[in-house]
This record gives sequence, C-alpha cells and structure tokens, in this order.
Amino acid sequence: MNALLSHRATKPLLFMLALGPFAHLLLGALNNGLGPNPAEALSRGTGDWTLRFLCLTLAVTPLRQITGWTALVRLRRMLGLFAFCYGLLHLLCYAWLDMGFDLGAIVRDIPKRPFVLAGTLALLLMLPLAATSFDRAIRALGAARWRQLHRLVYAIVLLGLLHFFWMRSAKNDFAECGIYAAVISVLLGWRLWAAWRNRNRAQAARRPNARLTS
Amino acid sequence: MHFIKDQGHGPRRGEPVTPHAVYAQRRELLRKLAAGGAGAALAAWAARDAIGQAVSPGRRPPLPASKSPVSGALTMEKLTPYSDVSTYNNFYEFGTDKSDPARHAGSLKTLPWAVVVEGEVRKPGTWDIDALLKLAAMEERVYRMRCVEGWSMVIPWVGYSLAELIRAVEPTGNAKFVQFVTLADKAQMPGLRSSVLEWPYVEGLRLDEALHPLTMLAFGLYGEVLPNQNGAPVRLVVPWKYGFKSAKSIVRIRFVDKPPKTSWETAAASEYGFYSNVNPKVDHPRWSQATERRIGDDGLLTKKRPTLLFNGYEAQVGQLYAGMDLAKFF
Repeated sequence: MNALLSHRATKPLLFMLALGPFAHLLLGALNNGLGPNPAEALSRGTGDWTLRFLCLTLAVTPLRQITGWTALVRLRRMLGLFAFCYGLLHLLCYAWLDMGFDLGAIVRDIPKRPFVLAGTLALLLMLPLAATSFDRAIRALGAARWRQLHRLVYAIVLLGLLHFFWMRSAKNDFAECGIYAAVISVLLGWRLWAAWRNRNRAQAARRPNARLTS
Repeated sequence: MHFIKDQGHGPRRGEPVTPHAVYAQRRELLRKLAAGGAGAALAAWAARDAIGQAVSPGRRPPLPASKSPVSGALTMEKLTPYSDVSTYNNFYEFGTDKSDPARHAGSLKTLPWAVVVEGEVRKPGTWDIDALLKLAAMEERVYRMRCVEGWSMVIPWVGYSLAELIRAVEPTGNAKFVQFVTLADKAQMPGLRSSVLEWPYVEGLRLDEALHPLTMLAFGLYGEVLPNQNGAPVRLVVPWKYGFKSAKSIVRIRFVDKPPKTSWETAAASEYGFYSNVNPKVDHPRWSQATERRIGDDGLLTKKRPTLLFNGYEAQVGQLYAGMDLAKFF
C-alpha cells in the first residue's frame, strides 16, 4: 500500500479526483443541469465539499497510524489546499450569487448573522494555513512552530460544522449535520485518545527509572 | 455520473418556449402598442400574450377555470415553468430536500378525500372533495409565491376564495381565527418518520385574513389538478404571506377563538411568527428578506430582485394590518 501511495501517479490522480466536484458543478452551471435553483446548488455544493475535504485532511493522521500506511502523509497538503479552494469558491458563491458583489451589503450581512460569521471566521483561519503550506514556509517556521500553527485546523473544522448546524437549524433539519458531527467527533476524539495514551505511556516509562533511583 | 438532468417533459431549461420568429413578432407588436400606433384589438392580443402563457402540460387531469375577477389575482409576470413548480417543493411530510416531494408524493392517495370543518361554526360537517370542487366556480389566479427561504415563483393556481367555504359553514361570533391541518399518515408520508416538525402540520389565519378574497382554496395549477407534491387534492394559498403559511393537503379546518399555535411557531417561535407576512424590512434572524431569487426566470448571475411589502399585494391587503407594528407582529 505504501508503495502504491508513493507512486509517481498517485498525486496527479488525487488532484484530478479532487477537481471532480468542481467540474461537476461547473458543467452543471453551464448546461442548466443544477435544478430549479442553480445558485443554491452551487453554494450548497461548494460548502459541502469544503467540509468533506476538511474531514479527509483530518482523517490522514489517524488512518496513517492505524494502518501503517505512512505514505498517506504525502497527500495531506493537497487535501488541505483543496478544502481551502472549495471554501474560497463557497465564499465567491455567497459574495457573487447571493450578494451581487455589493461590498457594503456583505460587510453589513456578515456580523448580523451568526452562521455567516462562523463560516467567514473559519475561512479566515484557513488563510495562514494555506499561506504556510509551502516547503520553504515550513523550513522558515521550523517544524514545531509550523505544527502548532496548523493545529488551527481543529478550530476551523468545528467552526465549519457550527456554520452548517446554524444554517440548518433555521429549518430544524439536523440529519445531514449529524453525519458530519459524528465523523468529526471520531476524527478529533481519536486525537484526544491518542494524546491521553501517549501521556500514560510516557508516565509508565518514567516509573521504572523512579524505582532504580530509590 | 450524468451532468445534464433530463426533465422528461417540456422544453429544457434555457430553451425558449416560444419559437423565435413568433417571439420577435410579439415584441414588434408590443413596441407598436407602446408607441400608441395600435388599436384596441391589438391591446387584447397583447394582454393574451401574458395571460395565455399557462399552457397545460398534460400531466394531470384537466381542471377548467375562468380568469379570476378578484382584484390583484392575475399578475402579468412571467410564469415559473411547470417543471420547476412541480419539482422544487417544501413539503416536509415527504422529506426535507426540495426534490423529495416530487419523488415520494406519488404514494399519497388523494381519492377518497374529505375535509372536516368544525369548531365555532353553525354548520360543522365533513366535506367530500367532490362537494368542495362543486362549491364555487373555478377561477384561474396567477399569484406570486415568496418562500421564507428567499426564493419566489409565479404560479397559475386553480380554485376559489376560501371565503366561499367560510360563508357556507356560517362562523359564530366566537370564531376569530381559522386553523388548517394537513394530513399526517405515516403509511403514505415517509417524512413523518423524522421529527423535523410536530405532526400534523398546523397553520392558521385570522378570520379577516381567511375571508380576504385573495386567500384561496386551490385544487389545481396550470389548468390541471394539483400534483401531489404541490398539496393535492386541496390546499390553501395566501399570496401575501411566506409560502409555509399556505398549508397543503388539508384534512381539517377548525374555527377557533384564539390564535392557533402553528407548527413553525412550535419549532422556532422567534423565527417564524404567526403572521409571517412577506416584509423586506423584517429579516429572518439568519438571512435578509430584502431580496429574492425568482426561480426559472432570473439567470445565475442576475442580481436578486427586491422583495415587496406583502409580496406586492399591499394595495389589496394593507388595510388588514393598519396601525399594527409589523416588526413586532412578524
């Protein structure tokens, strides 16, 4: 599996796959194939895929550690950047299709509606992560600081979920939200559990030493 | 994966219904008309251009009707295509997705059907759907329909003023409000398994709102019997209120002395008030109500159009709310 993941063609293949939803929405928009309310379909579609790519990005580490497919990490950056790109498209849909690029109206709208505010905040927090996704930026920051900065993704995915939840709560419809909430709970819960386990192991490792010195 | 959905009937979205030559000829006539160079005969022809749009799609049994004489009942705006009217619906009894009702409402049995009329009336009773269909003359009414979600349609309904039924059942002096109850049958409505709303779906109007001639009992659209997903066999249409006030597939009409608690008030009272009159100045807490997107007419990049107070029916219904604080009684 690791050999397959490290193959030269894997990254380009994933890139093409990740472009799939975009191509689907674009072709739909051009061919009147998005149903009676194409603007809504584009907004919903790009928003859904932002959340999905965030989940995929967050799934890399647990999967890698559980399965031993260490080469998965090669794909993480691309998944994260796709989450950012779909997020930007989502913002573009809102600003263009909903607000007609009326900057005054957008500025008034964002703080007025908690769910728009949560989404905007999530996207803003993604900016520094996208901006430091290059090898040079990682070297310049140093691995430890880079890793610390990129822990922002936990806040981003929770804000994204809150954004979706608040949007749906207007219509009392939580079924789809619940699926995302469950997936994100597992992904973040696994990290908490892993951190707790590592701490216990570290403590256990210290104990024999303590006995030796006594 | 298929990119282009075949609607299966009618012209595809984006293709003009009218051949271009005919269209151009009409534009020419309208221009002459505007220039004042045409006679009364041409004026009638031009009026037909707008009203004559409601070509029956031949999907349901025909329901003949004559043009409504009620003031404000025939807007001249471009009709929303039948394919959009019948596939983009909120009817949570069949699922919360807009495409769910068209997919699942086939299981609804609309015959036999009866509507119970009860409460503060001198003549309570059960109305068979056939008796309701014969109660008054069928009228075609072209109404704007504004959904609380920020989109709108223009729909040619078939039916008559609810006032016809109200007069027939003779409300008592205690009748101040009217409650409408939608069918709630788990066997026919898969959406009832979800707890999105409290079932059955309940809506309500003040008696004077219910008596307004624009408030209608609708049995059809586009000259045909209502598709199930649009609320067959009988529904309410209140054009100056957000769409959810217009209860579908009604089985019970109750006359009461207090405002009935509606399903949406029970779900979120701070977001959906009893009145729910279309009002661009009173925002929904989660989005602005100042503008709307007209389904099937506005292009993807068309700026949303401004929403009008009482959905453009202020001249007809404004006096019902004289002196009321519309932000408080939203």
